[in-house]
Amino acid sequence: MSVTEELPTAGAADGGEVRWERVCLHSDLLPERGAAALLGETQVALFRLADGEVVATQQLDPFSGANVMSRGIVGTRAGVPTVAAPVYKQVYSLETGECLETAGYSPRPGQEPRLVTYPVEVRDGVVHVAVP
Amino acid sequence: MDSSGAPRKLVVVGGGMVAQRFVEALRARDTAGTWQVDVFAEEPRKPYDRVALTKYFEVRDPEELTLGDPALWDDPLVTLHRDCAVTAIDREARTVTDRLGRVHPYDELVLATGSNAAMPPIPGNDLPGVFVYRTIDDVAALRGWVEEKRAAGTTEKGFVKPVRGAVIGGGLLGLEAAGALKALGAEATVIEFGTHLMGVQIDLGGGHALKRLINGKGIGVRPETATKEMKAHRRTGHVGHLDFADGGRLDVDVVVVATGVRPRDELGRASGLAIGERGGVVVDLDCRTEDPNVWAIGEVACIEGRCIGLVAPGYAMAEVVADRLLGGEATFPGADTATKLKLSGVDVASFGDAHGRTEDSMEVVWADPAAGVYKKLVLSDDARTLLGGVFVGDAAPYASLRPMLGSELPGDPGAFLLPEGSGNGAPALELPDDANVCSCNNVTAGQIRGAVTEHACTDVAAVKACTRAGTTCGSCLPLVKKITNTELERAGVTVSNALCEHFELTRAQLFDAVRVADLHTFTEIIGRFGRAAVVADGAEPVASPGRGCDICKPVVASILASLGNGHILSGEQATLQDTNDHVLANLQKDGTYSVVPRMPGGEVTPDGLIVVGQVAKDFGLYTKVTGGQRIDMFGARIEQLPDIWRRLVDAGFESGHAYGKALRTVKSCVGSTWCRYGVQDSVGMAVELELRYRGLRSPHKIKLGVSGCARECAEARGKDVGVIATEKGWNVYVGGNGGFTPRHARLFAEDLTDEELLRTIDRFLMYYVRTADRLQRTAAWIEDIEGGLEGVRQVVMEDSLGIAADLDAAMARHVENYEDEWRAVLEDPEKLRRFSSFVNAPKTADPSLAYVPERGQVRPATEAERASGVVIAGPKLEVRR
Ligand SMILES: Cc1cc2nc3c(=O)[nH]c(=O)nc-3n(C[C@H](O)[C@H](O)[C@H](O)COP(=O)(O)OP(=O)(O)OC[C@H]3O[C@@H](n4cnc5c(N)ncnc54)[C@H](O)[C@@H]3O)c2cc1C
Ligand code: SF4
Ligand code: FES
Repeated sequence: MSVTEELPTAGAADGGEVRWERVCLHSDLLPERGAAALLGETQVALFRLADGEVVATQQLDPFSGANVMSRGIVGTRAGVPTVAAPVYKQVYSLETGECLETAGYSPRPGQEPRLVTYPVEVRDGVVHVAVP
Repeated sequence: MDSSGAPRKLVVVGGGMVAQRFVEALRARDTAGTWQVDVFAEEPRKPYDRVALTKYFEVRDPEELTLGDPALWDDPLVTLHRDCAVTAIDREARTVTDRLGRVHPYDELVLATGSNAAMPPIPGNDLPGVFVYRTIDDVAALRGWVEEKRAAGTTEKGFVKPVRGAVIGGGLLGLEAAGALKALGAEATVIEFGTHLMGVQIDLGGGHALKRLINGKGIGVRPETATKEMKAHRRTGHVGHLDFADGGRLDVDVVVVATGVRPRDELGRASGLAIGERGGVVVDLDCRTEDPNVWAIGEVACIEGRCIGLVAPGYAMAEVVADRLLGGEATFPGADTATKLKLSGVDVASFGDAHGRTEDSMEVVWADPAAGVYKKLVLSDDARTLLGGVFVGDAAPYASLRPMLGSELPGDPGAFLLPEGSGNGAPALELPDDANVCSCNNVTAGQIRGAVTEHACTDVAAVKACTRAGTTCGSCLPLVKKITNTELERAGVTVSNALCEHFELTRAQLFDAVRVADLHTFTEIIGRFGRAAVVADGAEPVASPGRGCDICKPVVASILASLGNGHILSGEQATLQDTNDHVLANLQKDGTYSVVPRMPGGEVTPDGLIVVGQVAKDFGLYTKVTGGQRIDMFGARIEQLPDIWRRLVDAGFESGHAYGKALRTVKSCVGSTWCRYGVQDSVGMAVELELRYRGLRSPHKIKLGVSGCARECAEARGKDVGVIATEKGWNVYVGGNGGFTPRHARLFAEDLTDEELLRTIDRFLMYYVRTADRLQRTAAWIEDIEGGLEGVRQVVMEDSLGIAADLDAAMARHVENYEDEWRAVLEDPEKLRRFSSFVNAPKTADPSLAYVPERGQVRPATEAERASGVVIAGPKLEVRR
């Protein structure tokens, strides 16, 4: 944990362009679980999949309004990696952010039933996420 | 309503099953409130399920036999006068007189007085120890008598002389009564006057097979025997033996007479209404007597020249009269006399023309005398149309064939009689929409299909609630289930028992598979038992079973935990846990958690309370006492959990498992240590039980309760396992729960010692943990076990499956290997890594949290409050260490 704290979290913001942020070490992430990251004002959920790949989505759960997506169970549906929201159990594709199952609920007012995804790169064991 | 707008007066005489159905049907349809209904019931209780009378021995609680929705009797337009028989009718004046001499006027009168048990004129039929079998009072008296006789026959050394019982009459009722005697621990012999048992329903061949089956249950049968006299015992004056016409004799301590019923038509007779040749108030097909303002329904009605001693035709009559009183034109559709014996382990059913009395009918018979199986279909002369059937020893085809009565059978009729799994399975039956599936409640196949397609029912329970099919005798349930599932499949709803796309197995099958194959990780398990994913048409097929999902992962986690695989966060197991188990706390709506330390039996020291209070105060948590007698602290952020728990663990608290599908609490009353009425130390027992089962993972949460006496202050019967103290020890009840569909626990065993109690609960819980479905609570699980509660009892108390030693050993392992999950987390830096708010800012609070004050504490702000800015505090409130 000490390592992550030494990583600079602020990148160069230049309006509109994405900026890549160094977030943490790949080894800080637990296999097949999520972790939250705070990138400026934005809360992001990182997931380390079974094969080591890391993907990132919004941390906000559109159906409960709480910032909890990283705490869902990671799995697969027909081979596609997924996360199930921990509050009301909607299932999302981690490839596209699409909601595969609404579990009979509707999103909170002003929310879409899908997750924003963010590009991720792992360079030299360090996880980088691109935020707008 | 009359012209003045006031409701008209309707009087119902009799408060039995048919009266209940009648009032229910009328109130459901009479939305305008045309009728003010007064029901006069001779019995001192609400209408109850007489068909299920024998269940009384199991549940002992008359309330459990209550019919329908009790709210019916709170309806302002309905008045139930209990213990208030009607003694006279004045048709001229249109009044009835009750037993207190009060006179009540009526506009319309419905007689639903049912029948009496017939008592044949055998000398000695009034001796103490001779019973009939018709009402709750009858069976309660019978039970008391048998128990008294047993106590009297028990010597000081504990030697028990068996109580000898005889049942006169070998019909449906007699056999049920004989089964009940056996269940009470008495011996039973059935005395039948005719050539064979159940002569009304089945033919001689079936009767022979049935006798073998009944003998196999340890019940004696004497066919072709007339009872000449019942003789008193010399010393006691109680019934002592039976003398038969053939010179034989049988020693007895108790006799049940079940030779038939006699319609209670005395009011009809006295008021001059026409009476049938063999009794009963004569009615037309509209159920009206010769007096246009008097109707008769149920067993008292003589319709089509006879009275019918079954509930389904009575219900049909109730519906007819309800319809007529509201201006309808309904007529009695004819009697469905299909019957099925309700004696556990003896399958007998018949329907239609079971005796082959139709002209030119032919019979197809399949018999296996060695196995006690006899099956017969009666068909029209071209062997196509089904006219009736008899099933003994294997009534499996009954449920699906009965609704085909009068229709053509597809394919070879003989195929329907072959044993299941003999290869040439019966051709699939597609019932026509108008086929009557549930005769008790008059529900057709079409209505069941409609429940799925139009009322969006997605399982059998919902279909039962929606249509009432299967809610009376239950014999139609297999068919209701089949039709429901077929219809659901058609609607594209998957009804397979598979856990999810990754496992074809049910939870119980997977449990066994994992146990037998001795697997310890999810990767091994899904590699061995998982299945390749099914993909949409046209998509790339997927070869590997994938990596599980939010359904199978927690199931496997629970199975691994039950089989003792160490800490739930160790190694790969951590990836399987739901967020609650993953951080050992309960997720709340705003993403924070609640924290519940264990307080065994609801007992907590003042010092413990102070610690809990101080922790809550220091971390700004909202506190509430739970229904399980402990304290819940809300609003803990994920990164605070270890600090909170370090304080609690240091003070001697441990995890309460409020987050797990696991043992939650053992609620108790204060019991004999303080209470004036207590007969056992209920708190002591509750603490012992909670410490024994703490940490036990299960298919759903489990709760226990212990009360110190029959006053039941701990509400133990609302729990999965309820323990109630008696003078001699403990009674244990199982299968209760609160929640969405509340259930009362049912009596499982009586007067157990402490040691017996623990063993009984050990086995019950372990059997449940191993065999229940995912998220199936104990009540539903018991229903699913073959033989229901009795089936579970045999496994637990009599070791009928030979697994008791194994269950005992499994529980012993659980008790031995228990460790406090929270203490283990605090000692392991690797596990503590999970408790950071942000991977790049582990101690930073989620900035979106917001709270407002309420009644001296805080609660999450609503959307509107956030917008208006009344929020008092973000997450950073008060933390003080
Ligand atoms: C043990 C047992 C098992 C059975 N199993 C089955 C089965 O599997 N399938 C099946 O179809 N049927 C079965 N039956 C039969 C079924 O219970 C009856 O057909 C059904 O109860 C008839 O309903 P009813 O309302 O006509 O009569 P009842 O239920 O007998 O109700 C009549 C009520 O009217 C009351 N009464 C009578 N006279 C008066 C009066 N003057 N004033 C006020 N009240 C009065 C009586 O006390 C009684 O409570 C069984 C019966 C028994 C006893
Ligand atoms: S159940 Fe009995 S022992 Fe327990 S508190 Fe109530 S009265 Fe007292
Ligand atoms: S046939 Fe009796 S409940 Fe359906």
